[in-house]
Amino acid sequence: MVGLEHYLTVAAALFVIGIFGIFLNRKNVIVILMSIELMLLSVNINLVAFSSFLGDLVGQVFTMFVLTVAAAEAAIGLAIIVCFFRTRGTIDVEDVNVMKG
Amino acid sequence: MIASDLIVALPEVVLALFAMAALMAGAYGGKDKLALPILWATAAVFVLMALVIGAGSYETRTAFGGLFIADAFAQFSKLIILISAAVVMVMGQNYLTARDLMRFEYPVLITLAVVGMMVMVSAGDLITLYMGLELQSLSLYVIAAMRRDSQKSTEAGLKYFILGALASGLLLYGASLAYGYAGTTTFAGIISTIDEDGMSLGLLMGLAFILAGLAFKVSAAPFHMWTPDVYEGAPTPVTAFFATAPKVAAMALLARVVHEGFGAAPGDWSQIIALLAVLSMFVGAIAAIGQRDIKRLMAYSSITHMGFALVGLASGTAQGVQAMLIYMAIYVTMNIGVFAFILSMSRDGRPVTTIDSLNQYSRVEPLRALALLVLLFSLAGVPPLVGFFGKFYVLWAAVQAGMVWLAVAGVIASVIGAFYYLRIVYFMYFGDETEPLDRAMPPLQAGLLVASAAIMVLGVVNLFGVESLAALAADSLVR
Repeated sequence: MVGLEHYLTVAAALFVIGIFGIFLNRKNVIVILMSIELMLLSVNINLVAFSSFLGDLVGQVFTMFVLTVAAAEAAIGLAIIVCFFRTRGTIDVEDVNVMKG
Repeated sequence: MIASDLIVALPEVVLALFAMAALMAGAYGGKDKLALPILWATAAVFVLMALVIGAGSYETRTAFGGLFIADAFAQFSKLIILISAAVVMVMGQNYLTARDLMRFEYPVLITLAVVGMMVMVSAGDLITLYMGLELQSLSLYVIAAMRRDSQKSTEAGLKYFILGALASGLLLYGASLAYGYAGTTTFAGIISTIDEDGMSLGLLMGLAFILAGLAFKVSAAPFHMWTPDVYEGAPTPVTAFFATAPKVAAMALLARVVHEGFGAAPGDWSQIIALLAVLSMFVGAIAAIGQRDIKRLMAYSSITHMGFALVGLASGTAQGVQAMLIYMAIYVTMNIGVFAFILSMSRDGRPVTTIDSLNQYSRVEPLRALALLVLLFSLAGVPPLVGFFGKFYVLWAAVQAGMVWLAVAGVIASVIGAFYYLRIVYFMYFGDETEPLDRAMPPLQAGLLVASAAIMVLGVVNLFGVESLAALAADSLVR
């Protein structure tokens, strides 16, 4: 029997993979974009699982909003990456270093 | 039914419609030729909406089934957001025009960001919170990368986007946990769940994630990494905008989440916020010492100031919220003045941002140097300027709430922080001889610089009545 905790575990695992994808990735900015998407989708799994478990529709409505915002976010992220590529000619993570923090 | 809801959210609706109309006018009307008229129209609409909100009733009204709350707290925050956004936008137009950055998208994106901020401070539900925050953030990512042909600006946009999206992810994960363990997304529902059943572990995890996400947005340490790079890379008018309105909105949102959503368990979150506050104050004060670029320096300065505002919030009382609101109002006023000056810093028409370019500035322009001196002293919290009273209120709120150690830490951090403000003053008055900066400064920027400095001196009489308004706002939030 697949219960709520299984869904939550999968979502937590995906979320952690997403975070590690952002911090450990040394290759390509596109991979970071994929990691961000993974984080948002893991949240959606959480919301839908809770929604079904609680018998409450709000979680699924929330999921719809998150999906929409994630699409807008990906569009803006890609647009910024295109601008970045035009000025720099590369999108390697190691080259994002004109300013040192 | 829907009509009464829309009336409560009227300013937001008007601004959203205005943004769409301006976008259409820009896209079909004449592209960047219309940029300047749209910018002035946007500023006018902001001021008009500020008047509408300011003249509205102080009573708490809710709309859309509790999703949207218009109360004195939201009113106070929205007034600061709208007025500062209008001032900063108008202040930067000379800079943008001179550098061929005056695009019609700029005022449109600022309007959308402001709508997002207004929704944030009025949020009564996790969904509203998320939508407002994302509307604001997505607009800000684009404006940060507005200078498309500059390596620094696109890099700033990219860094801001990645870290901002990570923060949104954290916040959203926390929201999903809070929803699951409270069974509802409304703040009122969450607070009544905690009242009845106590704080469950899942809710606590949710709270921690939400606070981490919001700490990113207010640039509190240890989530501050993006701030210096974004401030340095973005065009200066955009930096000035980042340093003012979004900070107020995020701080107000944080106050609303902790008090309206989790107010029944202040012990759980005030520890986290106190930790964020101490880290921000010290990281900002110490890391700024080595900075040579005035925009990076202002970034660290804003991290320190967010730490002080968080001290007020950490005390968990109405007095603390009042102190935080006063602090934010003062902080925004000081930053407008300082950025009005930074915008005018140039040599042979090229912008310079190193602090040693200010060497002997007092001989070139004594009045402006004096105004900047007052603002820097005020930022450092030197009595008897207004900046000192801001710090005094938050630290006093912490003492009243029994957090003496937090107040002591704040005093130590403000002494360390005074060093780098005073160094700029030293450069201006006693520095080596260098090639002077351009003397030209648009009258509007000069006026704002002097006015902001004058407020820092004259405000000591009664803070222009901000105190009682902030008290009213805090009482509507903390019940």
